[in-house]
Amino acid sequence: MEKPIIELKQITKRYDDGFTALENINMTIEPGKFYSLLGPSGSGKTTILRIIAGFTDASEGEVWFEGKKINALPANQRKVNTVFQNYALFPHMDVFDNVAFGLTLKKMPKKEIRERVVNALKVVQLPGYANREISELSGGQQQRVAIARAIVNEPKVLLLDEPLSALDMKLRKDMQYELRELQQRLKITFIFVTHDQEEALAMSDEIFVMNDGKVLQSGTPVDIYDEPINHFVANFIGESNILPGKMVQDFEVQFVGKSFECADAGMRPNEKVEVVLRPEDLDITTPEQGKLVVKVDTQLFRGDHFEIVAYDDDENEWLIHSTNPVKDGKQIGLTFEPEDIHVMRFGEKETDFDARLEQYEEE
Amino acid sequence: MKKTRSFFMVPYLVWIALFVIAPLILILYQSLTNNQGQFTLQNYVTYGTSWTYLKMTINSFWYALLITAVTLLISYPTAYFLSKTKRQQLWLLLIILPTWINLLLKAYAFIGLLSRSGTVNQFLTFIGVGPKQLLFTDFSFLLVASYIEIPFMILPIYNAIVQLDPALINASRDLGATNLQTFTKVVFPLTISGVKAGIQAVFIPSLSLFMITRLIGGNRVITLGTAIEEHFLTTMNWGMGSTIGVVLIVMMFIMMALTNDRKKKRQEVLPNEKSEG
Repeated sequence: MEKPIIELKQITKRYDDGFTALENINMTIEPGKFYSLLGPSGSGKTTILRIIAGFTDASEGEVWFEGKKINALPANQRKVNTVFQNYALFPHMDVFDNVAFGLTLKKMPKKEIRERVVNALKVVQLPGYANREISELSGGQQQRVAIARAIVNEPKVLLLDEPLSALDMKLRKDMQYELRELQQRLKITFIFVTHDQEEALAMSDEIFVMNDGKVLQSGTPVDIYDEPINHFVANFIGESNILPGKMVQDFEVQFVGKSFECADAGMRPNEKVEVVLRPEDLDITTPEQGKLVVKVDTQLFRGDHFEIVAYDDDENEWLIHSTNPVKDGKQIGLTFEPEDIHVMRFGEKETDFDARLEQYEEE
Repeated sequence: MKKTRSFFMVPYLVWIALFVIAPLILILYQSLTNNQGQFTLQNYVTYGTSWTYLKMTINSFWYALLITAVTLLISYPTAYFLSKTKRQQLWLLLIILPTWINLLLKAYAFIGLLSRSGTVNQFLTFIGVGPKQLLFTDFSFLLVASYIEIPFMILPIYNAIVQLDPALINASRDLGATNLQTFTKVVFPLTISGVKAGIQAVFIPSLSLFMITRLIGGNRVITLGTAIEEHFLTTMNWGMGSTIGVVLIVMMFIMMALTNDRKKKRQEVLPNEKSEG
C-alpha cells in the first residue's frame, strides 16, 4: 500500500441547528487513484469534499494531507483544486483569464502562464477558445474550462463536485471517458462526488458508498456491486432482487421456501439474512429445469436487453434482464449459479463484513 | 393583440409627454430666449464666460463628488456585511426607513442636532470641548447630504452582492487567492454594476441639491441647484435658470455614459491584447 495522500480521521460535521451532516468518517486516499463518493443527495458527500478543500471545518476529527494535519490550513494554501458543480467560472473574465487565475496569483511569468494555459486548454480539448467569453460557451465547454482551470495548477488532488450532473446524457457519457482518461494520463488523485451509480461504477478505482452522513461501504466497483454490504447499497448500486432468507448453515441459504447452495459463510446457523440476486444473473429456462418458477408480468425493451418483471407463487417480484424476449403471462423457469447468490446480514459493520469475507474465502 | 397593448401604453405616454418631454422642451426653449422672449444665445455666452458660474459648476461637481465618495466608502462595507448578517430584512428596513421621511423634516432635525444650542453641542460642552460652529459649515453640509444619500448607494450595491454566487468566492480561494485578492479580483469586479448604479443614484441628484445647501450649508456652499432656485424665484431670470438646467442635464447624461456598462467594448479589445502576448 502506498503512502496515503489524504486521510480523514473520525470526521464529524455538526451544524448549529444540531443537524449531523457527517458522522465518524474515516477515509484513506492513495495518490494517483480515482475515488468516487457515491450517495443520494443529502448523504454528506459534498460536505466531505468541502472539508478536504477547506471551505468548511470539521466539528471533530482530523484531516491529514501528505502526512501533515491540515485542519487549520486555509483553503487557498491547500494543494487541492476543485471543479464545482455549476463550474463557478468567473463571468467577468474570458476563458484565458479564468484558466490563468491561479497561476497569475502565484506571480508566474506571463510567458509561462501563457504556455500552461494553452496546454491545459489543449488537454480539455478546447484549443483556440482562450478569448471566448464564458457566456458564449455551452455547458459542456464550461465544464471543460472548469477542469482546465483546476488542473493548470497541477494540484496533487482534484476534487470534483458532481461535475457532470448538468450535462445531457450523451455528453455525460463522453465526459466520463474523458475524465477517466485524463486522470490516468495526469496521474492526479481524483475525488469525484456523484449520485449516479453508473458513473461511479464506470470511472472509479474505488467507491465510497454513503448515506445519512456515514460511509456504508468502500471498495472497488466490482466488490461493491458483487458483494453489497446491506439492503441500501444493494438497492442503490445497480438493480437487484432482494429477498428475506435464512442461513441454514455455511454455504446453504433458504429463501422463497427452498434451500440453495451458495458461496457465503461465516454466519450463525439459521440466522435471518437478506439475499441479493442481480437481474442479469438470472437465466431463463423451461419451468421443468428452473430452480424457481415465475410467471411473466411485463417486459420492457431497454435497447441492449429486455427488462422482465415476473412474480412467483408467493407474489415476490422478480426483475430479470434477458437478451431474448419472453411471452407475457407465460410460466418460465429461472436458474442461477451458487456464486450469483449474495447473502447480507442485518446491521453488519463494514469492518466485520470484510473480516468475515476474508475468513471464509481463505478456507 | 398589438392594438390593445399599445392602448394600455397611452396613460404612460401621456404622462411622459406632459411631465418629461414637455418640460425638457420648455427648459431648452427658455434657455434660448431672453426676458423679452427673443431668441438669443446670450444665456449660454454668459454662462460660459462668467467666472461666477464656472466656480458654481466646479463647486457643484466637487461637492457631488465628495458626497458620492463619502457614501460609497460607507455603503460598500455596509452592504457587504449586511449580505452576511442573519436578519437581513430587518437591517434593510432600517436602512430604507429614513427615505420614507420627508427631506425637509430630516433637514430640520439636523438643524436641531447641530445648532449652537443643539444636542451635539450640549454634549461637546459636557465633555469640555465647548460649543463649536457645526451648522452652516462644509462639514455639516457633507454630513447631512451623505446621510440622505446613503440608502440610495447601499441598496444597489447590496443587490449586486447578494446576487453574487458564493461558489465564485470558494473558487477564488480554491485557486489560491487570499481574502483580499478574492475581493479585488472577484467580488468587487462582479459587484461594480451595483456601485455604478449607486453612483448614478447619488451623484446626479447631488449635483442639484439646494435645500440642504441653504438649510444646513447656510448658503456658504453655492451649487448649481442654488443658482437655479435663485434665478427662478428671486431674480426672475428664467432664461438663465433654464440654461443652468440644461447644463445640469448634459452633465447627467455624461455621468450616465461614464458609468454605463462598457462590456461590449471590452470584448472587442481583448483578443488583440492577448494575441500580442
